[in-house]
Amino acid sequence: MLKLIAFRIAQAIPVMLVVAVLTFLLMHLLPGDPATIIAGDQADQASIDQIRRDLGLDRPVPVQLWHWIVNLAQGDFGRSLMLNQAVADAVKERLPVTLSLAMLAFAITLPFGIAFGVIAAVWRDTWVDSAVMILALVGVSVPNFWIAILSVILFSVTLGWLPSAGYVPLHDSFSGWLASLIQPAVVLALFQIGYLARMTRSAMLDVLDQDYIRTARAKGVAVNTIIVKHAFRNTLMQVVTVAGYILSLLIGGSVVIEQIFALPGIGRLLVQAIMARDYPVVQGTMLLLGFAFVFINILIDLIYAYVDPRVRYD
Amino acid sequence: MLQIENLSVDFRVDSGWISSVTDVSFTLGPRASLGIVGESGSGKSVTALSVLRLHAARNTRMRGRIMFDGQDLLTLPERRMREIRGRDIAMIFQDPMHSLNPVLTIGDQIGETLRIHQKLDAAAAQKAAIGLLDMVRIPDAARRVTDYPHQLSGGMRQRVMIAMAIACRPRLLIADEPTTALDVTVQAQILDLLRDLREEIGMSVILISHDLGLVAEFAERVLVMYAGELVEEAPSLTMFARPAHPYSEGLLKAIPSADEDVGRLYAIPGRIPDPGRRPPGCNFAPRCPLVQPACTAAPPPLATMEPGHLIRCPVRLAAMETTG
Repeated sequence: MLKLIAFRIAQAIPVMLVVAVLTFLLMHLLPGDPATIIAGDQADQASIDQIRRDLGLDRPVPVQLWHWIVNLAQGDFGRSLMLNQAVADAVKERLPVTLSLAMLAFAITLPFGIAFGVIAAVWRDTWVDSAVMILALVGVSVPNFWIAILSVILFSVTLGWLPSAGYVPLHDSFSGWLASLIQPAVVLALFQIGYLARMTRSAMLDVLDQDYIRTARAKGVAVNTIIVKHAFRNTLMQVVTVAGYILSLLIGGSVVIEQIFALPGIGRLLVQAIMARDYPVVQGTMLLLGFAFVFINILIDLIYAYVDPRVRYD
Repeated sequence: MLQIENLSVDFRVDSGWISSVTDVSFTLGPRASLGIVGESGSGKSVTALSVLRLHAARNTRMRGRIMFDGQDLLTLPERRMREIRGRDIAMIFQDPMHSLNPVLTIGDQIGETLRIHQKLDAAAAQKAAIGLLDMVRIPDAARRVTDYPHQLSGGMRQRVMIAMAIACRPRLLIADEPTTALDVTVQAQILDLLRDLREEIGMSVILISHDLGLVAEFAERVLVMYAGELVEEAPSLTMFARPAHPYSEGLLKAIPSADEDVGRLYAIPGRIPDPGRRPPGCNFAPRCPLVQPACTAAPPPLATMEPGHLIRCPVRLAAMETTG
């Protein structure tokens, strides 16, 4: 098991390197120049050139890449061009917001998504199945910015139950934190619940048709036990895969939702940084997201090994 | 003990209901062995699954009666049926690869039957599972009991299936093509094991196979099914020595013989008609070497040729009567 973990982490290093280089190149391919943006509309060419020199942007791209990577290796993510702040600090400030939102949305998604999927599969081809699947379809089809706006109108404007925008840190007030996040988290979760329910249902239907389910019935096992013990454990592999994918999507920053609810998270930082051609921030954020994806994938592999003996013994 | 009367099974398809098994009747006493033979699609497995009511209920319609110990299994409430499954009637299946749950240990799966029906606790069930693994001759049972199915060979898995089935010492074991997916040498071992266990436990066995030779060797009596119907029923010896129905003859001829040097293996020409596309007269008429005009007009009845020997072929029956 330890060997597996070590192997997966070793595998992650080249992946991270590719992510780093690609983000760097992609940013430098974009038209637009941070120096021009920093200097403002009225600036003359000389001051723009001066800024470019100060930021090291006049050097050839491979040299810039080399410097960036050498600094990265020393744990230095560089300084933001727009925030006058170290990239690491800028990200550190915003990470709790995004993580809180992602975890809350994930915690809402998992039980509902799995339960709906299992219920639909168990009552397949009945009105229960149809009802759940129609709801799931609505969940994945309706754009979440629209639901977000409707939700704000109802819960924040009309009823006044929840704040419409802003973030309260967890260490300031738990209820404030929850109140500031519950609305965006539910809106985010709606889509993911629909997606997870559909995937769980199809995985479950697949398993319920397997020969070993018939074997269990032939032994006289009760229906509930068949579903929980014999069928559900076999669908877990696919559920875990989908859940991992959902978690990485959520951590990837819910750009639109953070924008609507004015949550100062990673997604918002990324958008601002791209707009401002703030290379170091974009690169640093992307690297962090890349790391999150790789980390979640390692986590999924470990859960596989726990769930499925065939993986464990390989 | 088991008495099947006029069992018919229909399945729902997109266009309505199609008949899979038509009007099958047979009886089986205690400590008896019965073979059911036929090609894929002959309805032999469907008949077997009906006894335990293992078809997907929403797509299946069953008529007739399946009397077991004086009660009709077809009208029994699901809860009562569940008590019978695994305790009085057990079943093993064709594909031991997929018939065991991949994420549960074999000890857990064998013990589960005992936990359900004899209310054993986990430790006692585990101990009993080791005993059962011994009984089906799996070496080193105490260590093997915590294995997962993927750690065992195909023959071992089928032994585990058998151990699971005999855990509660059922009175009837239905073995649905138990050796089809296995190597020939392993096949023989599994059949020997089934034969020994039948003696030991004193249960009746229904063996289902497409291999007439194998069935005739194992069982006292053989049923031959074709396109959802019984076409012949006879004691094994009779069936093997002088089958009466032209389909049974074909099946027997199709068994490759070791002492004859045949260039080509015999095969019955044509193929079994799909349910829903069965001919109006005798189902076998399109493939039959003895076919007469009357055969395609009306379905022939199952008739007694001699005591204990039934066939569904008026042509052969008439021929026998004139010669006999």
